[in-house]
Amino acid sequence: MFAVEVHNLRKEFFRRDADRSGLRRRRRRVAALEGASFSMERGECVAILGQNGSGKSTLVRLLSTLLLPDGGSARIFGHDVFAEQRTVQRLVNRVSVEASFFKKMSSEENLSYAARFYGMTAGETRERIPEILERVGFPVRRRHEGMEHLSRGMQQKVALARALLTSPVLLLLDEPTTGLDPRSKLEVQQFIREIWVSHDATILLCTHDLAEAEALADRVGILDRGRLLCLEPADELKARFRAETLEEAFFAATGREFEEEQEDEDAERGVFA
Amino acid sequence: MRGAAVTLRHELIGLSGVLERNAYLVKRYAWWELAFFVWSLANTLTIVFIAKGVEAAGGKIDVDRATTTLLIGAVIWSYLGVVFEILTETVAWERWEGTIEYTFMAPLARPIHLIGMGVFAVVYGVIRTAVLFAVIAGFFSLSLGGANFAAALVVLAVASVSFIGIGMMTAVLPLISPEKGMQMGFIAQGILLVISGVYYPVSVLPQWMQWLSTISPATYALRGMRHAILNGDGVTALWGDIWPLIVIGVVAIPLGLFIFGVGERHAKRHGKLKRSG
Repeated sequence: MFAVEVHNLRKEFFRRDADRSGLRRRRRRVAALEGASFSMERGECVAILGQNGSGKSTLVRLLSTLLLPDGGSARIFGHDVFAEQRTVQRLVNRVSVEASFFKKMSSEENLSYAARFYGMTAGETRERIPEILERVGFPVRRRHEGMEHLSRGMQQKVALARALLTSPVLLLLDEPTTGLDPRSKLEVQQFIREIWVSHDATILLCTHDLAEAEALADRVGILDRGRLLCLEPADELKARFRAETLEEAFFAATGREFEEEQEDEDAERGVFA
Repeated sequence: MRGAAVTLRHELIGLSGVLERNAYLVKRYAWWELAFFVWSLANTLTIVFIAKGVEAAGGKIDVDRATTTLLIGAVIWSYLGVVFEILTETVAWERWEGTIEYTFMAPLARPIHLIGMGVFAVVYGVIRTAVLFAVIAGFFSLSLGGANFAAALVVLAVASVSFIGIGMMTAVLPLISPEKGMQMGFIAQGILLVISGVYYPVSVLPQWMQWLSTISPATYALRGMRHAILNGDGVTALWGDIWPLIVIGVVAIPLGLFIFGVGERHAKRHGKLKRSG
């Protein structure tokens, strides 16, 4: 059984045009994900590379049960993501680009709140929270401080702790290191590597950091304008496109530079994704 | 059987998490809570002083009775505001903090999540309303020796089931309109009270509004509480107001859950279940 099995997954959003047709403004379809298909083995780490608006976050949000698809299917450990949402929700957790916490509440209070939703009692979290905070390199003595007093890097460590606290078998990482300073970025990456090894977790990492993808993942996929163009080990990807670096491979696969300015259509996808 | 027990245990732990989080937030925003209480106090006073104003203008009324009648209307207004606001925060506050995606992807049944918010809203609302009532009653030295507060509390508790149901319906609006959805809770509160005789008997309303008042739980809550506090009526005497509240409550909760479910599916379909619009 695959850990993740995605088949022809599609998601479109509607956008109202500024131009009016009669009294009503026209609605236009914007395809955020166009027939993505892939599978992941248990314990595998797969990185999906793509620019802003490529569909990475849409994919993560579909697998997190936060979106309903317009077509296709997705299964996590054999469970239909859209028909068996509660079962899937117990198996999955995520870390996204924004740490997202109740800012006035402390890290301990935020983690307790999140853990309750996964059936963990106060007695269980009292011991587990300091343990897990220590593991992610968070100074445990600061766990009573409000989140608003913590640096961005610290907040992201608490976000990792939140995801791990519920022991997910599938971890969805949506640009977990974007916006972090180099040291925090390295710490978070080291921790991802550690939990991947020690936690028996399957990891789907969506990123636009090429080095991060190459360093962490077994296989790297390129998602461009909602289409998954390829998914294979980084070395094979480079060999296929006769490229020395992933950046060159990305250019060869998509026909544009990785950091190239987005076109309007991509920017629109970014609004939704 | 064991599987069902485990699921139920998980749901109850989740419900306790909702209560716990709201308690943390009240604690962390304690000074703001105090500021809003002062605002409620001032707002209630402006209404309750009307009784003395009528007397000063030459009207012949029983000032204490009129003051108590207005006070009950004002505290129910305040109570309803608290209940609707907390339920609407199920979405609105989470969206503002950015936690909405984490909460809505967690394996907690939405009815349990919403009922948790409703239970907290009622407990918090009752405590706040009781303090508000006591402070204003003390301010006007109202003689409430014959009041049956236990019966009034029973009426409020039964009415709260319907209020939670209606609150669930308004709670979904910030999912559909992140910018203006929250305000719809205030609109629902205002409409509910204007047709329910908040500061006047329902009989003064036009016929069509009187008809609408029969399906508003606030009508029975206001009338029942006034009878309990002004006349000292017990639960048996108030049965005529309590049974319609039970009927409306039985309809309002499933309807509220259904409407929230429709809104949530709409949000998932259109990509609105996220931190920003």
